[in-house]
Amino acid sequence: MTEHKKELFKRLEPKEYVTQELISNEEPKFFRDAYRRFKKNKGAHIALFMIIGILFLAAFGPLIGGHVYNEVITQHINLPPRVPFIENLGILNGMRDNVNIYLQKGFNDVYYWFGADGLGRDLWVRVWMGTRISFLVAFVAVLIDVIIGISYGLISGYYGGKVDMVMQRFVEIISGIPNLVVVILLVLVLKPGLQSIIFALMITGWISMSRVVRSQVLKLKELEFVLAARTLGASSFVIILKEILPNIIGQIIVMTMFSIPSAIFYESFLAFVGLGLQPPLASLGVLISTGYQSLLIYPHMVIFPVLVLSLLMLSFNLVADGLRDAFDPKMKGF
Amino acid sequence: MSTNNVILEVKNLKQFFRVDRKTTTRAVDDVSFKIFEGETFSVVGESGSGKSTLGRTLIRIYDGVAGEVEFMGKKISGKLDKETKHFITTNMQMIFQDPMASLNPRKKVLDTVAFGLDVNKLVSDPVERKNKVIEVLKSVGLSEDHINRFPHQFSGGQRQRIGVARALVLKPKFIIADEIISALDVSIQAQVINLMKKLQRELGLTYLFIAHDLSMVRYISDRVAVMHLGHIVEMGTVDDVYNHPMHPYTKSLLSAIPHPDPDSEKKRKRFVYDMSTIIYNDSHMVQLSDTHSILTTDKDFELWSKGDYSLSLK
Repeated sequence: MTEHKKELFKRLEPKEYVTQELISNEEPKFFRDAYRRFKKNKGAHIALFMIIGILFLAAFGPLIGGHVYNEVITQHINLPPRVPFIENLGILNGMRDNVNIYLQKGFNDVYYWFGADGLGRDLWVRVWMGTRISFLVAFVAVLIDVIIGISYGLISGYYGGKVDMVMQRFVEIISGIPNLVVVILLVLVLKPGLQSIIFALMITGWISMSRVVRSQVLKLKELEFVLAARTLGASSFVIILKEILPNIIGQIIVMTMFSIPSAIFYESFLAFVGLGLQPPLASLGVLISTGYQSLLIYPHMVIFPVLVLSLLMLSFNLVADGLRDAFDPKMKGF
Repeated sequence: MSTNNVILEVKNLKQFFRVDRKTTTRAVDDVSFKIFEGETFSVVGESGSGKSTLGRTLIRIYDGVAGEVEFMGKKISGKLDKETKHFITTNMQMIFQDPMASLNPRKKVLDTVAFGLDVNKLVSDPVERKNKVIEVLKSVGLSEDHINRFPHQFSGGQRQRIGVARALVLKPKFIIADEIISALDVSIQAQVINLMKKLQRELGLTYLFIAHDLSMVRYISDRVAVMHLGHIVEMGTVDDVYNHPMHPYTKSLLSAIPHPDPDSEKKRKRFVYDMSTIIYNDSHMVQLSDTHSILTTDKDFELWSKGDYSLSLK
């Protein structure tokens, strides 16, 4: 047993307060934290890359197709897909009913990667042009949804009482009218086209966002840090902006991500029933709608846009799902 | 400690909440009291007795239904103009109960504490702002390198200190401490209470201390008000209330304090308060001495002065 030498010990000065326990100096980064959890979700991660890939193709695909989306070449009508090199593998080789249409018609050096449509337009270019439109519609519609939805929810939830009552009854009336009826009426008035679709999506799209935001605000505004801000003399605007909004940003991002695929789908659906863009403009819905008329004879006209649309929707949903898990505070610590 | 300057005077304050068409909760019902400068005035009572509501009504989180409040010679009830609001903000502050919920989880300590300075536009220079925050953090026993941390990195006691710092940054004269220790464990409670006492000594603060821990209240208060169902049933100095309680509710409440001595604890008799014969709304405050008053009717008062509590204590 070692001897305890007095000089090895030092008397500590009593302090008025217990010394602060050491706290790690690392700052928590809300978004970095979320990204770390997001990365763990393989499906969501792959889906994110898928979206980036589709975005890339939508941006540059039309440039490398060698055609313009509305360029009509009558000799090339209904050509099946043919891709160089891959054609040697026995797929996408320009065959229909065991006949290579390209060679039959003597277009030895012509390649339509996704085939050509009933007017001889390049489907590759048109699919990616359509994807562009879908993205555009989705992002514009969602942006407006987010702006209206968030402000509506914040105001309705924060002020409560009569304001909330009136605002919520208004929402109920709007959401009580079937969406499609509103859209059809709108399109009749505004003529089918990009603006009317975006406008139609805007009318009802923000409701779910506003509900989520409102419920979060109702929860948060009774918390003591909001009361504390009030006792410190903060105005409602400052409280909403500085105290409440930063605490619901996670839910808002998740809601936004979920509403993108539904906006894309809604646009396609409208186009499919003939209320969307009018040819020669293309959107995925328009392409599917025209392709489906000759589905049994020329399946390539519908397969490619459907494939892109499905992948897009699936990816957005997976990413949104992953984000929800990443932002969910209950998952904190994992 | 108490010089006889009244800092806050409350007259017949009422605060009702409508639950639905038929029921209204009378959370604070006709309450009157005075708080003297530099003292610690505690409000005790069971859950739902309206003590937190009282505090929140005073600082105008809720607008009172009726009654008058005078603070540092200024009327602060009824409709307020901007100037009065600013006056209240800078002179009266509140510390909240739950150290988890009272700090915004997305804000750094620096921004949380400086929030009062920011919204009242008291500093414009970021260096001065930071220095003020550091100064006030040091006065509550936190250190300079805590300013860039987020609330969840702190323990409960430290968070409560941040809450205290946030209230102190505006240099108020009067602080409402709303159950600031009930969410903390006992050793941390003592830390926070000692901090509060130290700050009171150094800054000459006046406290309205809302609590349900009777022993803690006895330790820190100068005067105590016992609240029940929105009424102050008994009010007086610590000695008045703890050693000479007259109202049966106070007696019942005090009988619930466990004794640290096992022998006397075994013999401790608990009184159960029976208010079937007591109607607060027919009662009025009766002064027993300069400092001591209770809420009672003349009939009950006669019984109680004779020591007859057979109707109200079981």
